[in-house]
Amino acid sequence: MPSIDLIANVVIAGLLTGLVYGLMALGLSVIFGVVRVVNFAHGEMMTIAMYAAVALFGAFRLDPFIAVIPVAIVFFGFGYAMQAGLINPFITRPEHSQFMLLVAVAIIMVNVLLMIFGPSALNVQVDYQLESYEVGKILFDKARVFAAGMALATSAGLFIFFKHTRTGKAIRACADNNLGAKVVGLNVKHLYALTFGLGSACVAVAGCMMILLVDVTPSLGPGYTLLAFVIVIIGGLGSMPGALFGGILIGVSEALAGLFFAPSAKSMFGFALLILVLLFRPQGLLGRKL
Amino acid sequence: MTQRNFTRREFNAALAASGTLAALSPFGIARAQATKLKVGVLLPRSGFQGFIGQSCQKGADLAPGVIKELLGVDIELMNADTETNVDTARTRAERLIQEGAHVLVGPFDSGAASAIAQVAEQRGVPFVINIAAAPPITEQGYKFVFRNFPTAPELVRNGLALIGDLFRETKVAPRTAVFMHVNDTFGQAMFKGISAIMPGLTNLPFKIVDTISYDPAAKDLTVEVSKAKAANADFLLLVCRLNDAIILRREMIKQRWNPMGVISPGSPGIYEEQFSKVLGKNAEYCMANAPWFNPKMNMTKVVDAAFRKQNPKEQFVFHGTNVAYTFESILIAADAFKRARSTDPKTLADAIRQTNITDRIGLGGPIKFNAKGQVEGNLSACAQILNGRPTVVLPLSAAEARPVFPMPSYKA
Repeated sequence: MPSIDLIANVVIAGLLTGLVYGLMALGLSVIFGVVRVVNFAHGEMMTIAMYAAVALFGAFRLDPFIAVIPVAIVFFGFGYAMQAGLINPFITRPEHSQFMLLVAVAIIMVNVLLMIFGPSALNVQVDYQLESYEVGKILFDKARVFAAGMALATSAGLFIFFKHTRTGKAIRACADNNLGAKVVGLNVKHLYALTFGLGSACVAVAGCMMILLVDVTPSLGPGYTLLAFVIVIIGGLGSMPGALFGGILIGVSEALAGLFFAPSAKSMFGFALLILVLLFRPQGLLGRKL
Repeated sequence: MTQRNFTRREFNAALAASGTLAALSPFGIARAQATKLKVGVLLPRSGFQGFIGQSCQKGADLAPGVIKELLGVDIELMNADTETNVDTARTRAERLIQEGAHVLVGPFDSGAASAIAQVAEQRGVPFVINIAAAPPITEQGYKFVFRNFPTAPELVRNGLALIGDLFRETKVAPRTAVFMHVNDTFGQAMFKGISAIMPGLTNLPFKIVDTISYDPAAKDLTVEVSKAKAANADFLLLVCRLNDAIILRREMIKQRWNPMGVISPGSPGIYEEQFSKVLGKNAEYCMANAPWFNPKMNMTKVVDAAFRKQNPKEQFVFHGTNVAYTFESILIAADAFKRARSTDPKTLADAIRQTNITDRIGLGGPIKFNAKGQVEGNLSACAQILNGRPTVVLPLSAAEARPVFPMPSYKA
């Protein structure tokens, strides 16, 4: 039986990583909740953000915590343009058309990254990356603590935006009643693009934080897209708290599964959790009843 | 421009000629007249083994020039990227054969090597493995598959023997080890090898207190390292690849785990350039007991010179094993082609079986295949990262420096 200290260390690492996972999945959930389009290029977009952080670090020695600002702004613009120019015409088309469109976008992104950066793993090397805080016998990895803090702050900002601003309320109105929103004169297409931009900015922040935890390769994207899906389905597709909760749940359950069973089989437990949720609570743990 | 039409007789004659050529082709009669050896090089130049694949590729790239000078044989390389994927390796091998490769070499991975071996055997094309250690590859009774690299049990035996030498040389006797290994074909083969060989080695003073397997493509090894640290072992016995070795070493530092040493008993990763480049001073004192090049051999000097010419900004020592074994696999094919004077697959395979190359790069005896197509007697060296480069510290006959064990704390 592992010691309490070991369990605590592993749970904390899983919790902190899970928060970053949650932020990544939050972008996917926000986009689906409002636009009703599943972004199959989500993981690839996060990979681009990770490369952007690497490039800014390489060129200007910009810490990912500072790089997050320009990267998120660019991603917001990119997301807005992508929704307005590419996805909006597909909103009324069958779901398989949307699926094919975004899978094509994802494949293009992976190959462009491969052409620009090559297949090698890249990372940033900041001073605090190998440091940790020690509280008793428990270690808190500095980079993970900072990344989790940023994930929480970004999520809180997004909650406040949707709850307390006029634009946020208008976006929620679009999500709740699309026709009603049009009747009262809301510019739905603009709001959709705004939402896609916000979801993309979330992914950008998650990417800038993730580069502190893992090295980036072009092939990383599909794995993260899948992970984001697992998280939002467990948390509840379209539910913002659900995405964060799902991320934490996956992070902690994988960590504990790795500790108590075989570490090499830890991702299997995430999928086992997904099957259980689909069987007993198909709307997700915090999702609305289907 | 005048247009000349085929007559019925000319058409029939052409048809008969092409039919005869096609009919003879499978028996190698037409192929045997080739004056150039087409070598299909299969390596993981992208994917998580991309760095190592690119390193091996350097050995392949310099081979045609060096071999032309040494043996007078013309070689055409047909390069294919396996993308660190077994299925891709299989389809690329098929395609290379379709495109006319006379012999296949590669692929730095046991899983990919097993898949390519099946294709080579089915299609009757010789396949010379550069680096892959899983024993079953040369235990299947294949007639066209050859390997000039130690099998996992040989790697383990050589690696563990060097660990015994290290303890004797430094007069330190750790009592416990935690064993971490990748869970791919190679890692599993090494695990089986260590489990089978360790109990019989009475000269090793330590016992393995915990065994932890992990995914070589893992992005995060926090749990694995936490578990290994909790085992409270004296040193870490590690069977790794490159990326995971980097992630693992970083995680050890984050978790403030300072064992007496990090010793690989026969795997890549630690001696690769990227390991030292990415980790900087944190890579220091890690050790890899790996098949290595013999700096004293004439062939090594020739290849080293060609390497420096082709890669003026790189150091041969970081690519030594990958370059040595990849180059040697092409050398074996070229040497056989020269003796056989034919590209007929069966004749070429028979000639490879008769190989006896004494001037080689790798540590060990001459390159000679046994009845199974396996070269026996390839040796390992203990390479420790000292001053940012892998330095041979054992065996003493080839040592460039004295081994440092226990390793100083990473804070020092």
